Amino acid sequence: MNAYTKYFVNKFLWYFVTLLIAVGLNFILPRLIEGNPVSIIVSQMTQGMTDSDTIKRVYETFMVEFGIDKPLGTQFLIYVKNLLMGDLGTSFGLYPKKVTDILASAVPWTVGLQLPAILVGWILGNVLGAVAAYKKGVFDKVIFPVALFINSIPFFTLAIIMLYVFGLTLKWFPLSGGYDFQMIPHLSFDFIFSVIRHHTLPFLSIVLVTIGGQAIGMREMSIYELNSDYVLYSKLLGIRDSKIAKYVFRNAMLPQITGLALSIGTMVGGSLICEIVFSYPGIGTWLFTAIRQLDYPLISGCTLLIAVSVLLANFTLEIIYGFIDPRIKAAQMEDH
Amino acid sequence: MTNSISILIKSPKFVIGAVVLLLTIALVNIYPLINTKDPLSMEALAFQPPDSKLILGSDNFGRDLFLELMYGIKTSIRVGLIAGVIATTIGLIFGLASGYIGGFIDDILTAITNIFIVIPSFIILILISVSINSRSSLVTAIIIGITSWPWTARAVRAQTTSLRNRDHVNIAKISGHSTTRIIIYEILPYIASYVVMAFVLQTASGILSEASISMLGLGPYNTISLGILMNWALVFEAPVAGAWWAFIPAALSIAIITFSLYLMNTGMDEIFNPKIRS
Repeated sequence: MNAYTKYFVNKFLWYFVTLLIAVGLNFILPRLIEGNPVSIIVSQMTQGMTDSDTIKRVYETFMVEFGIDKPLGTQFLIYVKNLLMGDLGTSFGLYPKKVTDILASAVPWTVGLQLPAILVGWILGNVLGAVAAYKKGVFDKVIFPVALFINSIPFFTLAIIMLYVFGLTLKWFPLSGGYDFQMIPHLSFDFIFSVIRHHTLPFLSIVLVTIGGQAIGMREMSIYELNSDYVLYSKLLGIRDSKIAKYVFRNAMLPQITGLALSIGTMVGGSLICEIVFSYPGIGTWLFTAIRQLDYPLISGCTLLIAVSVLLANFTLEIIYGFIDPRIKAAQMEDH
Repeated sequence: MTNSISILIKSPKFVIGAVVLLLTIALVNIYPLINTKDPLSMEALAFQPPDSKLILGSDNFGRDLFLELMYGIKTSIRVGLIAGVIATTIGLIFGLASGYIGGFIDDILTAITNIFIVIPSFIILILISVSINSRSSLVTAIIIGITSWPWTARAVRAQTTSLRNRDHVNIAKISGHSTTRIIIYEILPYIASYVVMAFVLQTASGILSEASISMLGLGPYNTISLGILMNWALVFEAPVAGAWWAFIPAALSIAIITFSLYLMNTGMDEIFNPKIRS
């Protein structure tokens, strides 16, 4: 087995254990509600419902899905079996819609919003941070406090302010949704234009906050690298500044990839709340609806999906990181 | 200790951050003494714009938003501080144990830490909050605290591992001091600045977490916090009503408080960690 395979297998096993724990938490926490969770949940959600037949049917669906009469171990096995078959249960709020169907309709919106936003924010943030550290002076004095301030604004706060300024006051962009509500999703210029117009504000608010956090991290890393011995040595050797800047940038950049892996969970969480502000038809908005209706299957479907995607993103980044960082490669060789 | 403080006072970033934070805390504690009204009492019609009587206007129920804001900031800072204390304590204990004791315990604790760094704490926060029926602001603070310790644990572990084999620690070991004593007298003083910085950051992130979770409608009951104010503004469609005073002041308050905490942290970082001084 070569060094990289070993690294891969090791990481894979760790992420597998983590995944199991994430699934376990998703299973156990909602079941910690005192008493019979099904009857509590059903009584909460059927408040105001008068049709006893419907209530009974709802109750029975969830009794079967939760398998509440069986021991906890068996319940967990049923849960995992259903998961593997892609069955996340039935939604309370939108009974009898399947949670999987709801999530499937939301995923493209969330991915289309968050993936580009986080990547663009990350790249711009790193460039700005590196420039601030390199140029110093006025540039640093401006970028740094601004980045720090933006970073202290929660994602959704910036989103609300942008909604107010650009959506309500200036009326440049629509207020909510993923496309104009009178439209039916189809492939046409009008529809795509509408989607882009709705996409702009949530996209920008995620990008801005991401830039803030990343610029701070990159600035710190770059200053650290700029003060290190190899920079001084290269300068004494008379190597061109642009070349040194390249070395520094590369060295400071690598830890930022791990940084991205580690902060991706927080970013996704923040972006989800951003979606709520704009009523963007993604996972975040569904989660908000689910929480308001105490729709437990949908809540746990959302949390599970988010946890799994964050784990996957992390895993992918670590695998890529193992490829590109020579220091990790060296460590693998030594172990070998 | 007095020495560190006298150095800290020379850092403009730290001083600005600390002054802003202390002024905010003073304001929110003194104002309710002057205006002794109940923040939840109705004073005007819904969404009245700011005027001479109500500095920040009224919310959807016609309540005095400025007074609500004062109570909100107070709750948010308290939640942040409690969450910060809990997260820092757990992180410190985990980090010290795995860094100093090493071996098998280190393996297990590091594994737990790594696992909980990757699983988004936001998700665990939602799952726990959904499962608990009666949440006071204290309960929310505790939940935030027990979901946000892994970063501190990792950092403390790294620091402790590098200290473990220093000469003064070895001397203490040879002199037959107990492990507790060595940790308290030989390790802790060296990582104290680090722990304080971690605490400041944890407090800031605690305030942000409270705001996010309350925004989702999973915040504490029977109280006002900055996140709850934002949640009300959104649920009752203040932006659509054009009532900027219902959410912009709360949003800015969150930003200003966390900004001052970050600023304090950066100031301390530049002093205790000379390598990153620019």
